[in-house]
Amino acid sequence: MKQLEAKTMPTENISIEVIDAAGGNIGSLCRALDRLGASYTLVNGESLPTGTKPLILPGVGNFGAVMKRLRDTKLDRRIVDIASSGVPLLGICVGLQVLFDGSEESPGINGLGLLEGTVIKFTEGKVPQIGWNSVISQTPGWQSGFVYFVNSYFASPKQPDVVLYQSEYFKPFCAAVKKGNITAFQFHPEKSGQFGIGLLKHWLDDAALCKE
Amino acid sequence: MHPVETTMNDPVITASGLCKRIIPCMDIADGRIVKGVKFANLRDAGDPVEQAIAYENQGADELMFLDITASHEGRKTTRELVRHVAEQLSIPLTVGGGISQVSDVEALLNAGADKVSMNTAAVLNPDLIDGVANAFGSQCCVVAIDARLNKQTGRWKVLIRGGREDTELDALDWANECIARGAGEILLTSWDFDGTKQGFDLKLTSTFADLPVPIIASGGAAGADCFVDVFQEGRADAALAASIFHFSECTVGQIKEVLKQKGVKVRI
Repeated sequence: MKQLEAKTMPTENISIEVIDAAGGNIGSLCRALDRLGASYTLVNGESLPTGTKPLILPGVGNFGAVMKRLRDTKLDRRIVDIASSGVPLLGICVGLQVLFDGSEESPGINGLGLLEGTVIKFTEGKVPQIGWNSVISQTPGWQSGFVYFVNSYFASPKQPDVVLYQSEYFKPFCAAVKKGNITAFQFHPEKSGQFGIGLLKHWLDDAALCKE
Repeated sequence: MHPVETTMNDPVITASGLCKRIIPCMDIADGRIVKGVKFANLRDAGDPVEQAIAYENQGADELMFLDITASHEGRKTTRELVRHVAEQLSIPLTVGGGISQVSDVEALLNAGADKVSMNTAAVLNPDLIDGVANAFGSQCCVVAIDARLNKQTGRWKVLIRGGREDTELDALDWANECIARGAGEILLTSWDFDGTKQGFDLKLTSTFADLPVPIIASGGAAGADCFVDVFQEGRADAALAASIFHFSECTVGQIKEVLKQKGVKVRI
């Protein structure tokens, strides 16, 4: 994916799918996509993602509960197949966590296993972390900035080179990951002011290029 | 044009750590902003939608709407207002006032609120806190506590119904109960300091600061210096203010500049 070409590909031309089955209110994400001019379709267990369009997996709540919903609706296999085929996938919040193998929050429950590693709990400070923290880019083309977090858990990737953003809450933690066509944010870009909206735009621009 | 390049506030961010939050609060009645001293002598300070966007642009970290109309019609107006604001806002929005059951919360979250704040209704029916936390998660469940000092005991009592009614509840005990029931944040208003512009109640705030959830200090905000005090001495996680922002006595950005100079970590 070449950053420069993103400038010639307006976000307005992109059509994506958003999973509306993994818990939480996706209204603010949809409003952010509206403002960016991206067209999107909500997908779930009854109207499965097609695999022809970039896919967003937002998730809020307990890791095990989100995985159960994904399994019960057969979305789990579908997401893995789509991601494995190279279609751009964006996980948000618990949507990042379920991409990994498992979580301390729900021992014995498998995640989607698209990324190697587990999800662990903060051990210091007030938990959950609530508020704005800065994220430091580990990848060229993605800038550092302030984003809004609400999380008790964070991913600990086995391969350090998948870390897209690093942050710190008493200790360093992984705030975002990127591996090939898979991108995921632990924070809420849709609640992170103009910087967060810019991150969504960046992903959409990259996804539009990837589709070509 | 690449938006990420144009929206960066500070291109040289090298260290992380949670920021202290500044939360402008808008008291809403019939779709308009009002703010009075101890809820008397209300003044109209403008259009909430316009003001909300202006606050985001100034650098506000979150916004709060407090619906001070009690009527059913008034609440519907507030939900419509939340919908209009949420369409344009990209920072978290908390809505309080007039919430007495889980269905009220659902309606507000569906309209676009990110969190709700409960006060009197939670005192009268503490199970409401469990209900909201279980249905929608602690992250959207804020309990507002109006506290007044009992000079004889040196502890604080909870007030309800906008300060018009005393209770026998000890404010710190009540805060602990709220957290045990699922409250994700405590909005702590000093009834001794609210509307007085003598600065935040540092003794009250620091007494609550070690609770395991974020404490949002409220009541008494004056100039930028009192925000430095409430974060450094009061150890608050966030600070909420209304009239100093509405009447343009100072902007959120000006306060954050002072906080940054004094070594308080803020999003700027």
